[in-house]
Amino acid sequence: MATTTTQSTTQMPSAGYGAALWRGIKSFALLRESWVGMIGAFLVLFWVLVALFAPLIAQFDPNAAIQPFAKPGAVAASGHTFWLGTDHMGRDILSRIVWGSRTVLFYAPIATVCAYTVGILMGLMAGYRGGLVDDILSRISDIILSFPVLVLYIIVIATIGASGFNIVIAITFASSPGIMRIVRGLVLDLRNRDYVAAAQTRGESDWRIMLFEILPNARGPLIVDACLRLGYVIITIGVLGFLGLGLPPPDPDWGGMVNETRQMAMVFPHMTLFPCIAISSLILGFNLLADGLREISLRD
Amino acid sequence: MNDKQEPVLICKDLCISYYTRAGEIPAVVDFSLTVKPGETIGIVGESGCGKSTVAMAIMQYMGANGGIKSGSIMFKGRDLTTFSEDELRSIRGAEISMIYQEPFASLNPSLKISTQLMEVPLAHETISRDEARERSLQMLTDVKLPDPERVMNSYPHQLSGGQQQRVVIAMGLLSNPSLLLLDEPTTALDVTVEAGIVNLISDISNKFGTSQIYISHNLGLILETCDRVFVMYSGEVVEEGTINSLFTWPKHPYTHGLFSCIPLPTADKNAAPLKPIRGQLPLPFERPSGCYFGPRCDHFKKGLCDQDHFRMENVEGSAPDHRVRCLRYNDIDHTKEASGETVQEPLEIGKRVLNVDGMKKYYEVKDSSLMALITGKSVRHVKANEELNFTAHESETVAIVGESGCGKSTFAKVLMGLETGTEGEIRHLGKDISDIEVRDRSTKQIRSLQMVFQNPFDTLNPSHSIGGQISRVIKQFGVESDKKKIFDRVMTLLDTVKLPRDFYFRKPRQLSGGQKQRIGIARAFAGNPSIVIADEPVSALDVSVAAAVTELLMDIQREHKTTLLFISHDLSVVRYLADRIVVMYLGHILERGSTNEVFDPPYHPYTEALLSAVPIADPEITKRKIVLEGDLPSAMKPPKGCPFCTRCHRKIGDICDNEPPPDQIVRDRHVIKCHIPIEELSKIAPVITVPETSERIQAA
Amino acid sequence: MVLLLSKRIGFMIFTMIIVSMILFLLLETGLTGDPATRVLGNFASDEQKELWRDQQGYNQPVVVRYAKWLGNFATGDLGTSIRYKGPVKEVLLPRLWNTAILGFWTFAIMIPLSLGMGVLSGMKEGSILDRTISVFGILTTSVPEFASAVFFSALFVFGLKWLPGTSSMSGGFEFKQLILPAMVLVVYDFGYVARMTRASMAEVMTSQYIRSAVLKGLPYRQVIFRHALRNALIAPFTVIMLQINWLLSGVIVVEFFFAYKGFGALLLEASLNNDIALLEACAMVAVVVAVSSQTLADIGYTFLNPRIRFS
Repeated sequence: MATTTTQSTTQMPSAGYGAALWRGIKSFALLRESWVGMIGAFLVLFWVLVALFAPLIAQFDPNAAIQPFAKPGAVAASGHTFWLGTDHMGRDILSRIVWGSRTVLFYAPIATVCAYTVGILMGLMAGYRGGLVDDILSRISDIILSFPVLVLYIIVIATIGASGFNIVIAITFASSPGIMRIVRGLVLDLRNRDYVAAAQTRGESDWRIMLFEILPNARGPLIVDACLRLGYVIITIGVLGFLGLGLPPPDPDWGGMVNETRQMAMVFPHMTLFPCIAISSLILGFNLLADGLREISLRD
Repeated sequence: MNDKQEPVLICKDLCISYYTRAGEIPAVVDFSLTVKPGETIGIVGESGCGKSTVAMAIMQYMGANGGIKSGSIMFKGRDLTTFSEDELRSIRGAEISMIYQEPFASLNPSLKISTQLMEVPLAHETISRDEARERSLQMLTDVKLPDPERVMNSYPHQLSGGQQQRVVIAMGLLSNPSLLLLDEPTTALDVTVEAGIVNLISDISNKFGTSQIYISHNLGLILETCDRVFVMYSGEVVEEGTINSLFTWPKHPYTHGLFSCIPLPTADKNAAPLKPIRGQLPLPFERPSGCYFGPRCDHFKKGLCDQDHFRMENVEGSAPDHRVRCLRYNDIDHTKEASGETVQEPLEIGKRVLNVDGMKKYYEVKDSSLMALITGKSVRHVKANEELNFTAHESETVAIVGESGCGKSTFAKVLMGLETGTEGEIRHLGKDISDIEVRDRSTKQIRSLQMVFQNPFDTLNPSHSIGGQISRVIKQFGVESDKKKIFDRVMTLLDTVKLPRDFYFRKPRQLSGGQKQRIGIARAFAGNPSIVIADEPVSALDVSVAAAVTELLMDIQREHKTTLLFISHDLSVVRYLADRIVVMYLGHILERGSTNEVFDPPYHPYTEALLSAVPIADPEITKRKIVLEGDLPSAMKPPKGCPFCTRCHRKIGDICDNEPPPDQIVRDRHVIKCHIPIEELSKIAPVITVPETSERIQAA
Repeated sequence: MVLLLSKRIGFMIFTMIIVSMILFLLLETGLTGDPATRVLGNFASDEQKELWRDQQGYNQPVVVRYAKWLGNFATGDLGTSIRYKGPVKEVLLPRLWNTAILGFWTFAIMIPLSLGMGVLSGMKEGSILDRTISVFGILTTSVPEFASAVFFSALFVFGLKWLPGTSSMSGGFEFKQLILPAMVLVVYDFGYVARMTRASMAEVMTSQYIRSAVLKGLPYRQVIFRHALRNALIAPFTVIMLQINWLLSGVIVVEFFFAYKGFGALLLEASLNNDIALLEACAMVAVVVAVSSQTLADIGYTFLNPRIRFS
């Protein structure tokens, strides 16, 4: 390897996926410098754990009608406690919230990943290729973005029907133009860097330049945006549920729980309050996390 | 300059620190300075030496995390550090004004020039709006802006860079301040525009009696504008003195080193090469004990120079205000040192490797104004390159010189295949490559034509390691394919550019600007190219680092017999390293020839003006002053006849406006594009005169 | 300038036509299920469906039908609502007016509040006031409209009993009933606009021209009002115009929750009841409002920014 004695003997690097993972974890550890981000990370982690261990936490079957209109703290015949009470159909609210977190934390990330995949590909093409490709893609996204979001969802869901899969499609359709715009803006800036010119002058293919030279350098703003967007997708899923356009009953869905019980909120406020707290805290978690990440990324 | 008068400003033992999360960072240490009325003081130093911090401290504008730790700033007998916000407000803009590096950024984009000018006297004096307007107009005339009425009613973006800086200077002078701070006021401008501004600045103290503090990294500019100069290094002044004493007899090893890094007209790449200062500027929290310059100094003496921090001392036998911060200045005899490292044999110029013949590059610009739609001329051409003809040979360094917008970078793009030429041909390796895009070129062609980029902070991909990036080039060029061999090749390249081998694992952000540029060079030479294009490779670097990178580039070129196309705006660098020079202006080649031919008469009038505009940091060299009027015309609307006719100081009449000038051949490869006959041009006296015998040469 | 204007308006019309095509394809053709089934229900017989199709002109070629439909739309004939058994226009107009009132109050409160907070926050970046406003903004943006409606109802309706829980205005217009819907909308959107304003203001405050204004010795008020605000409010202007688009989504949730007889609730009702003519009209109105506010935002931005205005 190193033949001269004066030079330190530098070893060839071994394949470093473990090292890359470790670096990722380390950069996340930077979060501890932002208390806002820490709180966000904690909230998100809390709900992720709840969703993972739902069967262990929930004491009741979320869809089983056990004892209607039980107040929080009432004890069931089985000896377990309805910590958050039951709803008008006698289902345990805590269990429904716990199982509901699975629904949200399943569909929201999937929808976000789908939207990002489409949005990033469109943004890379529009920003890097420019010209006609850019014109067409930008016009399409302008048109989609000119719809008020919820109106778009309502029309899409009204025509293709309400199901988990359709919600993912609707969210991908409605969010990818926004992501495309962000990516396009970043690419327009990054593609004029000298290292991109260097890659071009050594004859790299367009796709390699887009994916290896440009995209990694756009990751900072995109990660922040992804956190914000996850929060927003959760709101969307909640709102669709609330409007009765969400997942078909009886599976627990936080927005749907509010919709079903809000007429009784006057007498039984616990039925609506707890699902609202659950969804708000999860969204807050993602938004605070995004803020913390942005603060750190601005710092160095 | 009247010694009896009270000084305008006295800074005494000033220490300024920034407080960050990492702790206290001392930015300026032990700084003392006195400014007399009408005097111009220069502060010179490389980036991070604290020169701008001093200016901000005088303005008392330190931001939230900066603060003056100790010392005083006495302005006309009152200590500025004790001033309240209100008192400061009455001083700022009225008694002390500041001119900034980037004129465009320091003007408010959404307010008219008139508003921004008039508010200065309106804020400081009881004066009517009409009077304020009158005064602003007068001041715009004083800073030699043509058509001041129009300027008053413009927004900043409607003015050119040179005009903007004149507006900022007018703004600074409006309330007739006693002290003017200029922080690199011409760095963002082209050389010929810079020359005009420098001229204006040197007139200020005569005309208005204003004292000035001129901050710059360029010793040549300091020489042209200042009476006294302070040299700063790593937060402290290392030497101060009058221009004459300091520039003729620099005492501090750092000052001396700086002069050895600048390509003065007396330097020669073979006979008297530059001598870079080794190492790099210490970070503020990694400063050594004792002399901060110690680790980079050739005269460092253990047990003496690394002891306690020491103060400025008067230089024995020199002018009374020549002071230096060095314990050994008397033991060092700078005249004994050879001006460079080893004298090199000039390279043998080999066979022709590049032939550019009638190359043109036009860009189509869609004009969407209503007028254009009506007249049907919605597509216009920007002629970025017009009829380029020149050749380059093996081992030869050809410099392409010109100011911004002259088309030199466009040419590089066409050559590299990032754009295709509109007409003409570029022959390399026996093939016309002017209309082959890079993706359609063969690996061999790509490999033999590589580029070193301008901006060190942009040249490497921040997401990948150094080793990864160089390996990719080697793999892509098919130099090696075996993993182990690629790794070895990367190691060899790191050795070639004199960087430690463990840089393989570093990320670009862990490297300094000079180191990044070295990696950029390593990357360009990875496939043994026959031609390397270097686009202003050192213009963003500090002088001491730039000299090292320049030398490195030339060493590698020498070793590989590479043809170097060196694109630059800086004639002094070009004179130093180029064998042949191509002078470009608005897409045309106005003059080309060997370095000596271009630097001696006959000149093209533009070459003449360029030569005069380049500041030279040597008081013994005399220069004829030529200041060009106006600004560069827009490439969208080039003049009909000679491209240079709008600014030419030797214009002979209508023929210049209406007819494109012919290429006149002076001597076989020396060509001048001008209407003036060669005989006339030959009569012009040289711009730069180097004395046959100099005080310094005699002393040696 | 004129060209830019006509370009924007041209694009606006283009967008509306494309949108109308998409709407028509989605709702009026067999692309996403039989419209006859959608209207008459799953249990209608084939003859009934065929008769309905014939009556409604569904058996004509698509292009002809679209041209007719668009022509009717352009001349103001929005069709007949199945649910309300009357012309869509008569149902839609009063609803739109109600929503306009709600939107007006929402903006009248939200704009000064968020701009003020954003400017205060951005003036001194990193100060305690800035941190407080930022975190408060994140907090309010994190609560979906339906959840904050629940929280506010619990507090002001059931707890303090200050405000009515529904806003159906059954006994005539009552301002009190408008408070909760407007409050929910303001609280949700305030954080976003304030944050955008803050970012813009903070960027301007660190710019070099603010530094040169300060170092000219201008009074602080003049630095802020003449030099900073003028540049800092250009970006929020666009953001605010785009909030009209958002408001059209927000009113759907809020009007549904508080039973406010506005446009949003109507749109939802139309979609849940398969009232196609009504849904089309509502969607078109939403798009027209959204696209024209965007066009206004673009034109306004150009006008506010001298760099674009004079080039």
